[in-house]
Amino acid sequence: MSSVQIRDVRKSFGGFEVLHGVSIPIEDGAFVVLVGPSGCGKSTLLRMLAGLENITSGTISIGDKVVNNVQPKERDIAMVFQNYALYPHMTVADNMGFSLKLRGASADEISTGVKRAAEILALTPLLDRYPRQLSGGQRQRVAMGRAIVRDPQVFLFDEPLSNLDAKLRVAMRTEIKELHQRLKTTTVYVTHDQIEAMTMADKIVVMHDGIVEQMGTPLELYDRPDNQFVAGFIGSPSMNFLSGRVKSNGTAEFEGPNGVRLPLGSAPANSEGRPAVYGIRPEHFTIADDGAEAEIVVVEPTGSETQVFAKLGGEQVVAVFRERHQFNPGEKIRLKPDPALVHLFDETTGKRLN
Amino acid sequence: MADIAVQQRAARPPIREATAWQQVKSNRNFIALWFMLPAMAFLIFFLAYPLGLGIWISFTDARIGRPGAFIGLENYEWLWDDSIFWLSVFNTLLYTFVASAIKFGIGLYLALLLNENMPFKAMLRALVLIPFIVPTVLSALAFWWIFDSQFSIISWSLKEMGLITENINFLGDVYWARACVIFANIWRGVPFVAITLLAGLQTVSPSLYEAATLDGATRWQMFRNITYPLLTPIIAVVMTFSVLFTFTDFQLIWAMTRGGPVNSTHLMATLSYQRAIIGGVLGEGAAISNAMIPFLLAAIMVSWFGLQRRKWQQGENND
Repeated sequence: MSSVQIRDVRKSFGGFEVLHGVSIPIEDGAFVVLVGPSGCGKSTLLRMLAGLENITSGTISIGDKVVNNVQPKERDIAMVFQNYALYPHMTVADNMGFSLKLRGASADEISTGVKRAAEILALTPLLDRYPRQLSGGQRQRVAMGRAIVRDPQVFLFDEPLSNLDAKLRVAMRTEIKELHQRLKTTTVYVTHDQIEAMTMADKIVVMHDGIVEQMGTPLELYDRPDNQFVAGFIGSPSMNFLSGRVKSNGTAEFEGPNGVRLPLGSAPANSEGRPAVYGIRPEHFTIADDGAEAEIVVVEPTGSETQVFAKLGGEQVVAVFRERHQFNPGEKIRLKPDPALVHLFDETTGKRLN
Repeated sequence: MADIAVQQRAARPPIREATAWQQVKSNRNFIALWFMLPAMAFLIFFLAYPLGLGIWISFTDARIGRPGAFIGLENYEWLWDDSIFWLSVFNTLLYTFVASAIKFGIGLYLALLLNENMPFKAMLRALVLIPFIVPTVLSALAFWWIFDSQFSIISWSLKEMGLITENINFLGDVYWARACVIFANIWRGVPFVAITLLAGLQTVSPSLYEAATLDGATRWQMFRNITYPLLTPIIAVVMTFSVLFTFTDFQLIWAMTRGGPVNSTHLMATLSYQRAIIGGVLGEGAAISNAMIPFLLAAIMVSWFGLQRRKWQQGENND
């Protein structure tokens, strides 16, 4: 196990810079998830960590050794690929033992290593099968087994669950997290799915257009997003944003679109009349008599909760209720945001104001 | 719209049973028969009939312009004692094995090379195909000039460099002639092997190489443990075709040497043509042609077993 330090790393492909100076400290044994929309550079960063891409500038160190010029196989890392990259002509056991075989390990060592990993992942009955005879989830586990066998310093996962169906994805999510709790190997996990990030990570790194938008624990990111991008990216359904201006004379308030009055816990200093973006998560609305009037457009019950799409001051917002209200499209309801849980962002920079 | 939905629909015609003819028309086997007919007709008229006729003629003493009578195995008995026939069998086997092996080696090398990322990749791939595109006879004529006893560019160059003093008699010497026709065959056959293997290489997912890189494989280990095993099915196909084409080669030899000198480059195909068409002895020529069948069948059997679906391959379940 090792810590990983990514310091001011840049990456250009033929003069086009895709990573603009990324620095991420990763503690020993941490489970770090790099999350962001496609094209944000998260996979590139992971491949640079693995040694599959060159580092244009900056340094990456594993343990206390800078690995910029270290061959992939010398980096003591193992990677699980999105398409698993299992060798189709080798059995599960051969797939898992391939790295040991290349290292020149004895047959005994290989079989002990493979058996140990197979036991951890409940793959023992499948050792003689070929990849094509396995289901998606089993292939996924073999890919992880191949990583475990090597007993590396760092595990790298590149969107490992995106080829699985929704139900299996949830199951594998738990399995990977449990595996990490057991092995305590430093893990860097790339995904575009914020739910995966939230549920699995010790630390989430939200990336966007080649920069790090914010780093922190899942709940830090959920509770206090640094900027409008992170606020909108983390959480599902995503946060509602309403443009308007701050009113701080008397009680702090926010004047939303078409003069809708929305409560504010406290206004930032000297912000009277300041244009801003008001952010409120769907689950932080309540129905109250002093709420703002909204017209219901669509109601989507999921059983555990009900999502309501409504027009608030002419803008569409989403509200989620765990209680069962009687909602009908076209009806008027009064939605009240919880003032303590309101996020205020600068209109132009998107930076957090409160 | 609402009006239309509410409107009374016109009365539906009563449901009736399909007639026997309608049932036949929609019978899948009946339709399949019609789809198969053109292909079957082609195979029967252009493959089965000539093959059957060839076998029949080999049992007769037919000459050009004379149908001939059935003489049983007499043609084959003659061939058994014919040293030129056996020489042609030896030549054919030598030609096939040497040319195919070298074509495979060079083809695989080129395929691996062209699969790498390099500048002008598309252009180089197109260039490799040139020997394949040029009509065989044309390239054979070019080689004929290159290996000409008086005007050979090779002899001329070597003389200019002072390495030799006299022209090499490329197509006039038994060993040189064999080497030259094999060389020409290789030149012509390499593109087919290279491009087909290249197509096979491109089906190998790049992420397998990345995984192998992380597993610590060297370039050679990657080739040995990943590329080669994944390429074996396509190697079996391409080598079968290569062997069949080389074994039955005619054009190159006929244009370059006509089987000479002293029959040293006569292949079974050229000998058969010489005896049957030039010499007019159709029966004997047909017998020589038919003598190729066991060899070709053997080659096909080898590839049949080589092509057996491997357990790891996608598709058909065989566990």
